[in-house]
Amino acid sequence: MDPLIIAGRRFKSRLLVGTGKFSSNAAMVAAMESSGCEIVTVALRRVDIDSPADSLLAHIDREKYLLLPNTSGARDAEEAVRLARLARAAGCEPWVKLEVTPDPYYLLPDPIETFKAAEILVKEGFTVLPYINADPVLAKRLQEIGTATVMPLGAPIGTNKGLKTREQIAIIIEQAIVPVVVDAGLGAPSHAAEAMEMGADCVLVNTALAVAGNPAAMGAAFRKGVEAGREAFLAGLGETRQQAEASSPLTGFLRD
Amino acid sequence: MTFLDTISQYNYHDVLARIEAKTPADVERALAAPQMRLDDFQALLSPAAAAFIEPMAQRAHRLTVQRFGKTILLYAPLYLSNECTNGCRYCGFNAHNRVPRQTLTLDEIEREAQVLHDRGFRHILLVTGESPRAVDNDFLAAAARRIRHLFSAIAIEVYPMEEPGYRQMVEAGVDGLTLYQETYDRALYAEMHPFGRKRDFDFRLLAPERGGAAGLRRIGIGALLGLGQFRSEAFFVGLHALHLSRHFWRSHLSVSFPRMRPADGGFQPLHPVSDRDFVQVICALRLLLPDAGLVLSTRESAVLRDNLLPLGVTQMSAGSCTAPGGYTGGEESTRQFTIDDDRTPAEFARMIQSKGYEPVWKDWDRAFMEKTEIGV
Repeated sequence: MDPLIIAGRRFKSRLLVGTGKFSSNAAMVAAMESSGCEIVTVALRRVDIDSPADSLLAHIDREKYLLLPNTSGARDAEEAVRLARLARAAGCEPWVKLEVTPDPYYLLPDPIETFKAAEILVKEGFTVLPYINADPVLAKRLQEIGTATVMPLGAPIGTNKGLKTREQIAIIIEQAIVPVVVDAGLGAPSHAAEAMEMGADCVLVNTALAVAGNPAAMGAAFRKGVEAGREAFLAGLGETRQQAEASSPLTGFLRD
Repeated sequence: MTFLDTISQYNYHDVLARIEAKTPADVERALAAPQMRLDDFQALLSPAAAAFIEPMAQRAHRLTVQRFGKTILLYAPLYLSNECTNGCRYCGFNAHNRVPRQTLTLDEIEREAQVLHDRGFRHILLVTGESPRAVDNDFLAAAARRIRHLFSAIAIEVYPMEEPGYRQMVEAGVDGLTLYQETYDRALYAEMHPFGRKRDFDFRLLAPERGGAAGLRRIGIGALLGLGQFRSEAFFVGLHALHLSRHFWRSHLSVSFPRMRPADGGFQPLHPVSDRDFVQVICALRLLLPDAGLVLSTRESAVLRDNLLPLGVTQMSAGSCTAPGGYTGGEESTRQFTIDDDRTPAEFARMIQSKGYEPVWKDWDRAFMEKTEIGV
């Protein structure tokens, strides 16, 4: 498969994995391993970033995985920026998945606060991957100020509903000048494959793996779904052929 | 990332070879693709696609009606000056051509503009040659200021500027920029532009981006069909359009396909483009760029323009004169090129209506441009 390039870094895998909700660290690691992922997101609020002994961090091999701290729990730009700075101060690479989710029920991202935080963090030298609703104009505004990707949601976090925002994501993909990561709501390998077939650059999955009967097996299944979707996209999908039925030919005037 | 970075990844002649190697199966796939990729676009520009001209036209028509409705925006060019220090071998304004040279005064410009206004035009395109002595940014800004009360939208088709120049245009009330690269083949470009400022391929290539950065709301590009090989030229126009639409997404993009006409100086097209080729280019561009304006000038014949109207075109000029002062009875011998469709704007608008389309004279408003404090 062709490499994924984010902010100049190359990755073989186009599947990013989140680390929340797993029944145990062992189950989490098994799912990461089988998924083939190289980037894992970690909620800053969940870990003691200063302490290498933190049980979750201790299980993640930093040689193997790029740790992508996320700011989940932040309710506004100020909180998100503060969290990102803390992570960097603790020695994390300056990569941040920016999440600003003031609404605790659906965890939908706040576009205004996300944009404000992204502006600040980009200026401070962070590689910013913002989590957004599937809003093409917001995606363009963020790309313009220098975010490394855009991460539109397929459905609200944790719902496993699949690509409910398909039409909007298609527009974002069509117009993007940075990689598009479809993030949130993907509940089955077929959802991930669908996003990849549309031309998404990669997907991020967490709940679907964490709550699966067998997270490790589901990690492997998602890996295949992502690869199949990418290969299909590169191969060039056809659609059901619609024969043009001309009542009066438009090019009859051309006489060679 | 500029378009220069993008275009540097392509070899002009390799692109042509790739387009020519496309098969009917590639064309079928392109026509059936849910998302048009550059590979598909190449297939639609290929010799193999000639056999698919009707289904391409049907799709282009459907897509255009879906995005634009049945409307044609009318505009007129207003030539301010034919003085030029460039040596473009194909152009009637070429510095070596011994034709009467004229730069209109602001009063003359206003008189010409008044004629166009009285004929119904509200969208106007100011055109000049490139002569820093005769026409500079200050002159163009003054011209725009002088006539902006008459028009809803003013675009310029002049020499490429630096970004501050374009900002100055925006401040003067100009909202659109049209600039043709002429040919995307560097070697041919050098051959066609033996002297003058226009020799600088890169400076011209990046001008639409500078215009977009300066806040111009409409950007028009194109290649002069008949210079290079039309298949590769159309490919690079499409590539350029995609780049601009992604990076300068606040500006509306339009594409023109000027086909070479006899000009003073008698230059003949190097690679003449037949009507069938021409239709193929228009349809392929529409399928690649569903939302771009597609512009057709009076270079083409009345019969052809009438037939092309449903194939994706959204903007047309009418009653054009390509000589400075021509609308108020100026010297006809100073034309940039000969027009073919010489119907009056009113006749042309009636033709549009007879085809079931609406001629649109005004599709913009000065209020967008005039900055006032509204307390937001």
